[in-house]
Amino acid sequence: MTYLLQQVLNALQLGSIYALIALGYTMVYGILTMINFAHGDLFMVGAFFCFLAATFLHLPFVPTLLIAMIGVALLGVLIERFAYKPLRQAPRVSAIITALGVGIFLENFTLVFAPYPQHVPTLIKNTTWVVGGVSISSLQLIIIALSLVLMAFLDFIVRKTMVGMAMRAISWDKAIVPLMGIPLNLVISATFALGTSLGGAAGVMYALAFPVIDPYMGILIGWKAFIAAVVGGIGNIRGAMIGGFILGGVEILVAAFLPSTYRDFVAFTLLLVLLIFRPYGILGKPRPQKV
Amino acid sequence: MKKAAWFLGLILIFSILLSACTGGAGQAKTIKVGVIAELTGDIPAVGASCKNAAEMAVQQINDAGGLDVGGTKYMVELYIEDNAGKADQSASSAQKLITQQNVVAIIGPNASRYAIPASEIAESSKVVLISPWSTNPKTTLNANTNESKKYVFRAAFIDPFQGRVVAKFALDNLNAKKAAVLYDVASEYNKGIAEFFKSTYEENGGTVVAFETYTTGDKDFSAQLTKIKEAGPEVIFLPNYYSEVPLQIQQAHRLGIDVPFLGSDSWGSTELITLCGSDCEGYYFSTHYAADAATPEATKFIEAYKAKYGNTPDDVAALTFDSFGLLWQALQTAGKVDREAVRDALAKISKYEGVTGNMSFTEGSGDPIKSAVILQIKGDKFVWFANANP
Repeated sequence: MTYLLQQVLNALQLGSIYALIALGYTMVYGILTMINFAHGDLFMVGAFFCFLAATFLHLPFVPTLLIAMIGVALLGVLIERFAYKPLRQAPRVSAIITALGVGIFLENFTLVFAPYPQHVPTLIKNTTWVVGGVSISSLQLIIIALSLVLMAFLDFIVRKTMVGMAMRAISWDKAIVPLMGIPLNLVISATFALGTSLGGAAGVMYALAFPVIDPYMGILIGWKAFIAAVVGGIGNIRGAMIGGFILGGVEILVAAFLPSTYRDFVAFTLLLVLLIFRPYGILGKPRPQKV
Repeated sequence: MKKAAWFLGLILIFSILLSACTGGAGQAKTIKVGVIAELTGDIPAVGASCKNAAEMAVQQINDAGGLDVGGTKYMVELYIEDNAGKADQSASSAQKLITQQNVVAIIGPNASRYAIPASEIAESSKVVLISPWSTNPKTTLNANTNESKKYVFRAAFIDPFQGRVVAKFALDNLNAKKAAVLYDVASEYNKGIAEFFKSTYEENGGTVVAFETYTTGDKDFSAQLTKIKEAGPEVIFLPNYYSEVPLQIQQAHRLGIDVPFLGSDSWGSTELITLCGSDCEGYYFSTHYAADAATPEATKFIEAYKAKYGNTPDDVAALTFDSFGLLWQALQTAGKVDREAVRDALAKISKYEGVTGNMSFTEGSGDPIKSAVILQIKGDKFVWFANANP
């Protein structure tokens, strides 16, 4: 029993990081119907912002988190403005290839400055409590709690504010909504800023939990988060959160009860089966193709 | 448009002439040696050490007026290729060095997962390749026929030996009868050594209570470590690279695991201590040489390396330097700069006194006969703990 509880805690920690990154994919898809494959690398840049702020400016946790979130948000907006906007009318494939290119650019740009894996200093003093045989670290609790707070905040913005309403409207119809006086570019920029800042926050938490970072760290986790977004129903914000936790849970529990060599194989087979029965994801709705 | 074409044509002609000149004049008196190193990618510290030691080995020869082969002094020209930490790029680097640069021999790549593909190219092109640091048997063995590759050599001992050394150490020195292993199943080196450890450990009366895996790039090991904790081992073996080991040990400590950890030669970079902080204090790993218990050859090398680069050479640097030493000795024995003659001479080296100890080769195997050491991490240093002979 304690073993299971321990693994559930592990799954919550991993799942909350997947969920935060998956949100970035899903928001961009929701508004532009394009997959921002550079998102995993923006997550990596977030981890590096955390490293820079903590190592060279010696800042504590909260300012570091804010710097990383704002920095990555600005970078996301810039990328949208200069790399994706000129292609908004181009075929979808061109935008996706551009996104891959942006990702490779970010990796290699970081590589120039940090060819070695870097060590992120401890920002939160870690204490481990043992409750009934289950080891709970303060870091684990902070990551889970902070992710939940950020997700609730995002959910609030999208559902209850004017900006959120504009985002939902634009994802509904990009041609008519601007005619109602809604600034299209501004809303798209805001979407990118929100989505990527969550990726940046995930980067910071990841760097704190796993304090060795390198320029390629975003690739694998970016793919996994993308899968989480698809499983939850891409374009749906609550779906991305659920998808992130499902993927984290499946990965950890497969490794916990089967030989760990089968982990990715079994985990992704399960997800594929899920997609056979729900091809639009758990909360996704079929979108009729407009002609 | 026409002007531009003319201009390009002129440049082309000049560059051809230029390369023809340098090629023609230098050919008679130089030996071209290629190096493939992991300068970028996931283990750049390995590539950097390899490059440093290679440049130092060549500089020492050139500063002394060249290498005396069959009565003629040859200068050495070094071509360094980056394999970017990728298996396919290792193979294409080998191809490039052989066909374009026309090197007489290749040193590197270091990690087994890159050395194996590169060795296939060298073997089929009949060019000598010496991998300094690769310890997986498949580097020098042909996977299909299970026979030794004719043109591939190494300066390091092999994983079965290393697995045996660590397993015996865990049983005899640490008195641990229950061990757990966590390794990267997608990497040849890690997988090989984990399996050799397991078989020796169980043959000698120990039990492997958990044998867990992950894949390259994973950072979250919590599921596997929780499982390992549940199995209750007395020692944990992590035959993984220096960039991953700190994460594994830190996460294990966070889960409340407090048994000693053991490692293999992939731990031997000082980067490990930087990344690990105090978490790795007191743990042991097997490796190729100990900088603090050095022979005269080793001391000479360590002093020279320190003077040139300002830090203590790690095992990759020492093994790279030894690979060059082996190559020089083979060239001198062969008496001519010829790929085939170098191979024959190399296979017959009966004694080479290197930085990492004495080595000898026997015909029919590219693996040297040599010993290993066990080091312990103390503060920010690796300290000699025990010797292990074949």
